[in-house]
Amino acid sequence: MNDEQIKQAIIGIINDINPDEDTSNISAAERLRDQLDLDSMDFLDIVMELRKRYGVHVPDTDYEHLASLDSCVAYLRDKMVGKELVS
Amino acid sequence: MTHYDAIIIGAGMSGLGAGIRLAMFDKKVVVLERHYVWGGLNSFYQYQGHQFDVGLHAMTNYAPRGAKGLPLTRLLKQLRIRWDELDLHEQGHSAVSWPGEKLKFSNDFELLRSEVARAFPSQADGFDALTQAVRDYNELDLNAPTLNAREIVESHISDPVLADMIFCPLMYYGSARENDMDWDQFVVMFKSIFFEGFARPQAGVRHILKLLIDRYRKAGGELRLKAGVAKILTEGNRSVGVELDNGETLTADTVLSSAGLVETTKMVGATLASPASHSSLSGDASIAPTGKLSFTETINVLNKPARELGIEETIIFFNNNERFNYAQPTDLCDTSSGVICMPGNFNLPEQPNDHLIRITNIANFDKWNAVDRGVGFQPAEVMRAPCPQSRSEAPTSPYQAAKQHWYTRSCDDVLAHIPEFRAHTTLTDMFTPRTIRHYTGHEGGAVYGSPIKKRTGESGLEGLYIIGTDQGFLGIIGAMLSGISMANRWVLQRDNAAVEA
Repeated sequence: MNDEQIKQAIIGIINDINPDEDTSNISAAERLRDQLDLDSMDFLDIVMELRKRYGVHVPDTDYEHLASLDSCVAYLRDKMVGKELVS
Repeated sequence: MTHYDAIIIGAGMSGLGAGIRLAMFDKKVVVLERHYVWGGLNSFYQYQGHQFDVGLHAMTNYAPRGAKGLPLTRLLKQLRIRWDELDLHEQGHSAVSWPGEKLKFSNDFELLRSEVARAFPSQADGFDALTQAVRDYNELDLNAPTLNAREIVESHISDPVLADMIFCPLMYYGSARENDMDWDQFVVMFKSIFFEGFARPQAGVRHILKLLIDRYRKAGGELRLKAGVAKILTEGNRSVGVELDNGETLTADTVLSSAGLVETTKMVGATLASPASHSSLSGDASIAPTGKLSFTETINVLNKPARELGIEETIIFFNNNERFNYAQPTDLCDTSSGVICMPGNFNLPEQPNDHLIRITNIANFDKWNAVDRGVGFQPAEVMRAPCPQSRSEAPTSPYQAAKQHWYTRSCDDVLAHIPEFRAHTTLTDMFTPRTIRHYTGHEGGAVYGSPIKKRTGESGLEGLYIIGTDQGFLGIIGAMLSGISMANRWVLQRDNAAVEA
């Protein structure tokens, strides 16, 4: 999975969590929390979905790496090698 | 013997909320319900071809589409439900009605604020200060100390009449304590009723339950009706499963109980009563007291909309006395205060099938329980036992006679707040604390459970957690969030942590 696909994977999860939210203009550098209505319960969902869809485990202590799309990419790049984007 | 990741006791709002979360993440989960229908305190029934909701007057915690950081939006995200799907329609306005004084409120908080300033000009600043204190308080901090709301309210509001008028809706819609509330519960209720407000789906509670059941089943969750839990099985200081009324045994890593604190304690039984146990679930009833607040609900079907009788409000919280007394009455009922709900006065897209006036009054469970219900009475008739509105019809039992008597009292005592409507009544029904106990399993018919809440869900036993009313989140949205947050905390987060190990 390339960097762009990793971003799409995260956005895909967010779209499923909150279908009422517009995710078309997310800035990759800014914190997701500052752009979207996401709380700690939602970050648990992102983590659970990463595991369910891609078999990627994010320990509690690493949640901070999911702060922005850019930081997600940096954190997940190695973990997502060879995985297919689930739509 | 079947082993589950989680067993959930009770198919009410909290049990279904928890169930959806766990099934969504591929946990093997079963929801066990003793009754033959789901919904718990928020169920529904049919009587003479009419469809009635049991508990629901209104859904509190209304939030418009896209509103951020509110309980309703949090709930929608957690259950992956779109806002539209709830089919919510807002109230017109409601009121707190006292002898000689009335405060209107709506889903726009400014209305209440201006009403307070109009009726209690000397209290306007105090009310703003109270409002700010409510806004500033984080009710989601599950480890916060328990404070008494009355002390805090009275530190801002010096007029006891206004204090009572503020408390009245909050107590009627959620307090398990007599004449006071825990401050965090006060904050939850204040926000959910006054800041956020009332709404309802066109089809009432059925619509919400159908959404939940569909979600749960689609996610692969199992629901068993007529499957009451007789016992929670334990090994040492840990729950390991349940035994059903029919003797069947199911095991599970985690048990989430929405049955209530007292009721769950009883299911655990003597196994925890050993002196070695330092848990709060010691089986000692004085530690987890049964709630004293139960209610009667009088339902009137009218031949025309309430609005045509000149009733504009959606819900009226009323009191006829000098002071509001939210306490167990010494008689069967206390009809001198209560809640009058006109479901047709929500801004519904279509006129509802039935034009209803519902009246809630505080009632005494023990008194109702002691009334002789006559020969041949079946528990299943509890809900449907008609309250003969044709008042010439002779009562068939002391229980029926009591219902007739209190039906009349209940209707008489609302006449200071709405016009006489009984000439337009075509059908009535009334349910009592007995009915509530029968259908919810709550001891004492205690709608809002025990005055002791277990905010973190911890029961004292490893693997057994309290969800729903006695965990302490209130209202329909609150109950669902209770199930959700406890499922997250005690199953999903733990599960994620266990992967690391």
